[in-house]
Amino acid sequence: MPDIWKYIRKENLPHIWCAGCGHGIVMGAVIRAIDRAGLDQDKTVIVSGIGCSSRAPGYLDFNTLHTTHGRALAFATGIKLARPELNVVVVTGDGDLAAIGGNHFIHACRRNIGITTVCFNNSIYGMTSGQYSPMTPKDRLASTAPYGNIDRAFDLCALAKAAGATYVARSTTYHTTMLINQITKALGRQGFSFIEALSQCPTYYGRRNRLGSGAAMMEWYRDNAVTAQAFEKIPPSERGEKFIIGEIYAADEPEYTSEYQKIIDKLSGGGGSR
Amino acid sequence: MSDVRLLQGNEACVEGALAAGLRFFAGYPITPSTEIAELLSERLPRVGGKFIQMEDEIASMGAVCGASLCGLKAMTATSGPGFSLKQENLGYAAYCEIPCVVVNVQRVGPSTGMPTSPASGDMQQARWGSHGDRPAISFMPSSVRETFDLTVMSFNVSEQLRTPVVFLLDEVVGHMRESVTLPQPGSVKVVNRKKPAVPPDKYLPFAGEEDLVPPMASFGDGYRYHVTGLTHNERGFPTQDPKVATRMMFRLIEKVSRVRKQITLVDYHHVEDADVIVFAYGSMARPSLRAVRNARELGIRAGMIRPATIWPFPAEEVREAARNARAIICPEMNMGQMALEVERAVGPAVPVLRLPKVGGELHTPAEILDAIKGA
Repeated sequence: MPDIWKYIRKENLPHIWCAGCGHGIVMGAVIRAIDRAGLDQDKTVIVSGIGCSSRAPGYLDFNTLHTTHGRALAFATGIKLARPELNVVVVTGDGDLAAIGGNHFIHACRRNIGITTVCFNNSIYGMTSGQYSPMTPKDRLASTAPYGNIDRAFDLCALAKAAGATYVARSTTYHTTMLINQITKALGRQGFSFIEALSQCPTYYGRRNRLGSGAAMMEWYRDNAVTAQAFEKIPPSERGEKFIIGEIYAADEPEYTSEYQKIIDKLSGGGGSR
Repeated sequence: MSDVRLLQGNEACVEGALAAGLRFFAGYPITPSTEIAELLSERLPRVGGKFIQMEDEIASMGAVCGASLCGLKAMTATSGPGFSLKQENLGYAAYCEIPCVVVNVQRVGPSTGMPTSPASGDMQQARWGSHGDRPAISFMPSSVRETFDLTVMSFNVSEQLRTPVVFLLDEVVGHMRESVTLPQPGSVKVVNRKKPAVPPDKYLPFAGEEDLVPPMASFGDGYRYHVTGLTHNERGFPTQDPKVATRMMFRLIEKVSRVRKQITLVDYHHVEDADVIVFAYGSMARPSLRAVRNARELGIRAGMIRPATIWPFPAEEVREAARNARAIICPEMNMGQMALEVERAVGPAVPVLRLPKVGGELHTPAEILDAIKGA
């Protein structure tokens, strides 16, 4: 068993998350993956935006940056480009990443800059007590969707892949081993990697939608998450709310800061081409 | 050997930034500031620095903060609409004490306004543009040569005080070309932020020293600290303690106000015996000075006061200069934004006459001379 306590700022506990919240499980997966990947705490930066999940960096003993709403990837891009030798991890939520930060998300994917992004997707704005997010499924209730949500949700992994991310995976708080493996793998890669971690919010999403306790919501993940191969075998009319977990995409493409370094090297080596 | 060059204000800004140690620029194209980004995309990688064109102005400001936290001197440049978008993370930089320089080459607003025409409509926005209280420092040059010097000053003050500096240009100065002699490389005084002198376990990233400025460790240097835009304590972690919140805000404001004299730059022209004083800044100081000289030729005792430091506003200097004046005239390319400050400085004893010009043109000397004659 790794000593995960060395990654936690114990003096900042207890955390602010509600009973039954899945975010502690995802945060635990992030630090177990960091441990497994062997990252140096001094050389690792964890960046977040605003929201429940974005409070995680405050509990973690690294260089930590809690930025403005939606902007984690913008700050992280500055960090990675300024010091490419640092490991940069972004922890964010579905509202932070997919709504207010959507533009930064697609452009970080497009650049393929070496940042590992973990989205704690709890399908709701929890910090502000339950408004619908871009990841709230259609027809679900939220404090701002009292008659049922008519918005359609993103497929974040499809979005990341289409925008140019070179590692894309999805898991849930029930499938923690898979989640740790995915984040570990992402941390070892060069380009932009994206992991969507489904995380239950029994307080502001589950209760209003009668989804039961945190544990019951995790059982729902167990019963509805399937691999891509299994998903293909289910007739479309029987898929219901089933969704795909696992590694969704991986490709090797040039990483942004390495490409920039090539320009610097070329200019310093040959004196440029004025 | 003198090195005389024909430079644009925007180019002088680039030269000043590089002389001050700029190593990171993030920006988004916008007229009339774009030359700054274009030039830096060419120059920065030549000195091992980094340039990135971000997806918007908000992201540019975020990237600048991130790079500065890694120890690089960082800047962004924008104009009107882009400056509005900078405000969110400009407030963040002020609250989290992240040094950086934000250049705003002003054009006619509000909204898209007149993208290629000059204005000075963002003067109060530079002070109050983001929500909440924050310290604000701004400089504004009237010539190309001064653009170089004040860019260096913007970086130096930003580093000294761990606070963002908004460097204001207007489109006239940004695009005007003048012959300038730049200082030799290495002869420019460069200030770098204080680094912690204590080991990581003793480091308090948001505790001011005697000068009220906390030393700043760079990410990656072994000081693992937390930065948040939430109200934070001296360790950098969120707090709800009213005493801590109050102490922090007072420190942020006071670290700037206590060096007010050091960072205040004001030019005086013929004010000693002046009956009428023209208060002008940026490109407006140029026709204003001509008008003052013309007035003197006509036997009118006119003078001019020109602040290069806009924020903190040099109220004492203006009050002192205007002590014996009959009137102060404020030609501004806005509806009278700095006239408000002048009024506040001089009180009701001296009438402050506004001379707004908001159609995208600079005042002519004749217009200002007429105002002097009528004062």
